[in-house]
Amino acid sequence: MPYSLSVNGQVHDVEDDGQTPLLWVLRDTLKLTGTKYGCGIAQCGACTVHVDGQPMRSCTLPLEAVASAQIVTIEAVEGVEARAIQDAWVARDVPQCGFCQSGQVMSAIAMLRAIPAPTDGDIDIAMSGNLCRCATYNRIRAAIHDAAAAVGASKS
Amino acid sequence: MTRRRTSRWRLGCVGLLALLMMAVIVTGTIALWPRSLPESQSLPADPSPVTFAPLRPAAAFATIADRKARSVALFTEAGRVIQHPRCVNCHPRTDRPTQTDAMRPHRPLVTRGTDGGGVATLRCSTCHHDANFTPSGVPGNPKWKLAPVEMAWQGKTLGQICRQILDPARAHMTRAQLLHHMTQDELVGWAWRPGGERTPAPGTQAQFGALIAAWLDTGGQCPA
Repeated sequence: MPYSLSVNGQVHDVEDDGQTPLLWVLRDTLKLTGTKYGCGIAQCGACTVHVDGQPMRSCTLPLEAVASAQIVTIEAVEGVEARAIQDAWVARDVPQCGFCQSGQVMSAIAMLRAIPAPTDGDIDIAMSGNLCRCATYNRIRAAIHDAAAAVGASKS
Repeated sequence: MTRRRTSRWRLGCVGLLALLMMAVIVTGTIALWPRSLPESQSLPADPSPVTFAPLRPAAAFATIADRKARSVALFTEAGRVIQHPRCVNCHPRTDRPTQTDAMRPHRPLVTRGTDGGGVATLRCSTCHHDANFTPSGVPGNPKWKLAPVEMAWQGKTLGQICRQILDPARAHMTRAQLLHHMTQDELVGWAWRPGGERTPAPGTQAQFGALIAAWLDTGGQCPA
């Protein structure tokens, strides 16, 4: 079935089964491979994208459910929070193997937009669905605090 | 003394090189031979649950002459649904739901938030959508969320649950609304259509609803 999919501000005509996971379409059809396949069962968060601004696991999102949604992937996410997260990630040298990091970054950006000055508890809950086999959790948390401070400073 | 000359098959440098070249060509041809990549295929429709546990129909309790005893027996039978993991997993006594028939804590860690649908930064809808999704095995329903904490069932006896659902202050429902919830609510109905390998609740929603209706008709008596 044909779908018009809005990804990163661009409309793509996609012909696929409506039950196809969005992640398959992003990676295999649109070649947006920044979004990663980790577990395929919504347990690791590596496939996180923004759907109408909300972080969602694209491995468990049917294509037919997002046909009229605005989808943003790691390739095009932008804004003050995205820049702050990116800068903090580099400054803290957060990634190790890096496989989970696009999902971590997408969840972190969405969290900062919802909670501009998160506590450790806010971060732990918001990021609990994003696993890191290298266990970079402490640096992720520190980088989010840095990013929150940077966003706060830029808005004051 | 005569030297015996043995005839041996000799391979010169040119021959060796030729063999080596042939091996390289054959290996390269095999490695580079164009072949089609595996393509994604549609998965079969959500399979039907394979194990069904029966539920005794409400009519089966008509032989109990004592009205109060009949009412308690009806609720006890309905309790097989109420205390089933498909129902109890979303009636947790903490802020965290449980999952599977073993009712282990939900993975990943999620909490109920202010509306039962998760905190703002990790909503249930991050993973759960309008329907069960076979490719990932993640269950779904348009109303997917936790019951209010006042309606926690985990760790409670059937009698305690019974008195709780009859208490409007905790159930937030009248008896009529309670009957509608049990018999018509689509999220409750999910318990009989859980998808994947999840065990469905016993019987059917209609049979369960009939038990609840008969229980209420007989005075809504609770087990001890």
